[in-house]
Amino acid sequence: MTKFLEVKNLSVSFPTEDGLVKASNDVSYSVDLGKTLAIVGESGSGKSVSNLAIMGLHNRATTQISGSAFLNLDEGPIDVITAPEETVRRLRGKVMSMIFQDPMSALHPYFSVGNQIAEAWSLYNEGSKRDGMKRAAEMLDLVGIPSAADRVKDYPHQFSGGMRQRVMIAMALVNNPKLLIADEPTTALDVTVQSQILKLIQEIQKEFNMAVILITHDLGVVAEVADNVCVMYGGKIVETSAIDEIFYRSQHPYTTALLDSIPRVDKFGSHRLKAISGQPPSLIGLPKGCSFAPRCQFVSHVAGSRCTTEDPELTEKAKDHFARCFLSTEQIHTLTGRSVTA
Amino acid sequence: MSSENILELRGLQKHFKVGGAFGRGKTLIKAVDGVDFTVGRGETVGLVGESGCGKTTVGRTVMKIYEPTAGSIIFEGEDISKLSRKDMKVRRSKMQMIFQDPYASLNPRHTVGTIIEAAYIIHKIEPAGGRVKAIQELLEMVGLNPEHINRFPHEFSGGQRQRIGIARALALKPHLIVADEPVSALDVSIQAQVVNLLDDLQKELGLSYLFVAHDLSVVQHISDRVVVMYLGKVMEIATTAELFANPRHPYTKALLSAVPIPDPIIERKRERIILTGDLPSPANPPTGCVFSTRCWKAQDRCISEAPLPIQISPNHTLACHYPEGTDTP
Ligand SMILES: Nc1ncnc2c1ncn2[C@@H]1O[C@H](COP(=O)(O)OP(=O)(O)OP(=O)(O)O)[C@@H](O)[C@H]1O
Ligand code: SF4
Ligand code: SF4
Ligand SMILES: [Mg+2]
Repeated sequence: MTKFLEVKNLSVSFPTEDGLVKASNDVSYSVDLGKTLAIVGESGSGKSVSNLAIMGLHNRATTQISGSAFLNLDEGPIDVITAPEETVRRLRGKVMSMIFQDPMSALHPYFSVGNQIAEAWSLYNEGSKRDGMKRAAEMLDLVGIPSAADRVKDYPHQFSGGMRQRVMIAMALVNNPKLLIADEPTTALDVTVQSQILKLIQEIQKEFNMAVILITHDLGVVAEVADNVCVMYGGKIVETSAIDEIFYRSQHPYTTALLDSIPRVDKFGSHRLKAISGQPPSLIGLPKGCSFAPRCQFVSHVAGSRCTTEDPELTEKAKDHFARCFLSTEQIHTLTGRSVTA
Repeated sequence: MSSENILELRGLQKHFKVGGAFGRGKTLIKAVDGVDFTVGRGETVGLVGESGCGKTTVGRTVMKIYEPTAGSIIFEGEDISKLSRKDMKVRRSKMQMIFQDPYASLNPRHTVGTIIEAAYIIHKIEPAGGRVKAIQELLEMVGLNPEHINRFPHEFSGGQRQRIGIARALALKPHLIVADEPVSALDVSIQAQVVNLLDDLQKELGLSYLFVAHDLSVVQHISDRVVVMYLGKVMEIATTAELFANPRHPYTKALLSAVPIPDPIIERKRERIILTGDLPSPANPPTGCVFSTRCWKAQDRCISEAPLPIQISPNHTLACHYPEGTDTP
């Protein structure tokens, strides 16, 4: 079964003075129309770079990219990694759009928001400036900006943080893209505004049957919106599956440790948090073996010293549930106290 | 005042005048506008609320980094609100601050040893056994290698840098620590380490914490009591268990309902209160109840009359005309 976006063995590396930074290492994932894939990881885990590659936003001269990312369009599949830059540029904003944590990175401070949305619209539509402004007002209204028709004339700085995020969403969606990549879209926002924005993205997704990739470090946000999840660590996907599999039947020590380490508002108690020792790896010259090994409490349960000498492959541990760990399913479930079956 | 309180704030106000060159058209921002609460000895009080609600300003005014506009700050039985800089210096060794950004708060050109030693130099303190030994003990206490005393901040990770900030704060053996978002700049997998460290230090040293943060999950974990602020005012104060299980102020209720829970089954069943609109500008707060422009329960009275904080039980105070759990008119 083909999905709308299919990413295969995508690697993105940046040559630097200190060595090659393998920011995203052989990642594969897919997302279908109407579905949300969450890519979760800590800073530096490589969550954003593969998606920037899909959008064609890396400088091809200074970035090494390999692998493929197919958009399965009505007129046939296109690999946006190998397609000419011109083709990718034409797809950007029309078929796929991206929004970021900081809306000001996407908005120009000196043009009215209506102007900028109209501009994005006119790239793919015939019509007068007036039509563009009308469309901009419609979009602002769609994303829930009060008195949209008046506010098209306002400049980005005249909007609050949450409203600016809405403006950026309006601009990203003005040409009804089929894929929306949202990179930490609510990280800078207060929780009350975060829930407004997440709800908005979900409503628009439903209405237009969009595929959504949500990049975040917040497992709460993942639980709120995702259908499927990729957990990234050290530039690699260490676990991927459907949401409930990840949260209730995780098969990777990093995922389980992360879930066990975070406090929750609904669980009152002054118990000690189960902290993960050590710190996330640097992406330059990753050590041999499993990149989580220096922090993993289960290394001794794997025969030999495999964890530190050999890098585990991403293997299917249960139906549609992949993890990168030498432990058997039974072992990990005994060790983490999670059940194996649904 | 009761001797169990290390800190007591009474009617604390901090107003800022901003903009308006040559004194014309200045606007007054009431960042903190009449705040009352206490921190007990050995207690952790969490101070929460949305961006710009005045949390940081409360913390900084308590530390007298900002001069209060009005009200009193009673620290260890003494009103410090009007003390001069010079007189504050002695007290300040007993109250220390930990900041959000471990990168910005450490001088990159100084070694860890020099950074911590500065506290001794400023306060002319010669710890028993010498400064080097004292600094190494502090590093050990916060879980850093004492041999790294001569390293520079950039040689440490974010979590380790926050530990340096904590070691520096502990150098003068403070009684109260004001921690402003001490874990929010850290990676998720590092936050628990620092939260546990703060917990351990409190037990070991009998510290009191004023823990300022927007992350309610962390606040819930670390605090004994929680103060909820909105637009410079206190909405609700209660013990943590009470506040999270039984929020009575509509704002607290909305805020808690918006915090995502890392549990998909719970999330699917959850009813969220989606507040409409944004936080009003503190330069132009709504009349009456400051939350009235976003409150789904607002009545005429809310717009005409500001609710005063009332104590509904020994451990629960709130400022609302129509609290949750009572009949709305
Ligand atoms: N030095 C200052 N001069 C002028 N205005 C200030 C100053 N410091 C704070 N303010 C204003 O006072 C209000 C309260 O700010 P404060 O930093 O205390 O909020 P906060 O609750 O800590 O927010 P955040 O969650 O964003 O840290 C804001 O409107 C802010 O812009
Ligand atoms: S492979 Fe070894 S080190 Fe890596 S996660 Fe599994 S048990 Fe831990
Ligand atoms: S006083 Fe009125 S507006 Fe304010 S929180 Fe209570 S019900 Fe809402
Ligand atoms: Mg603050």
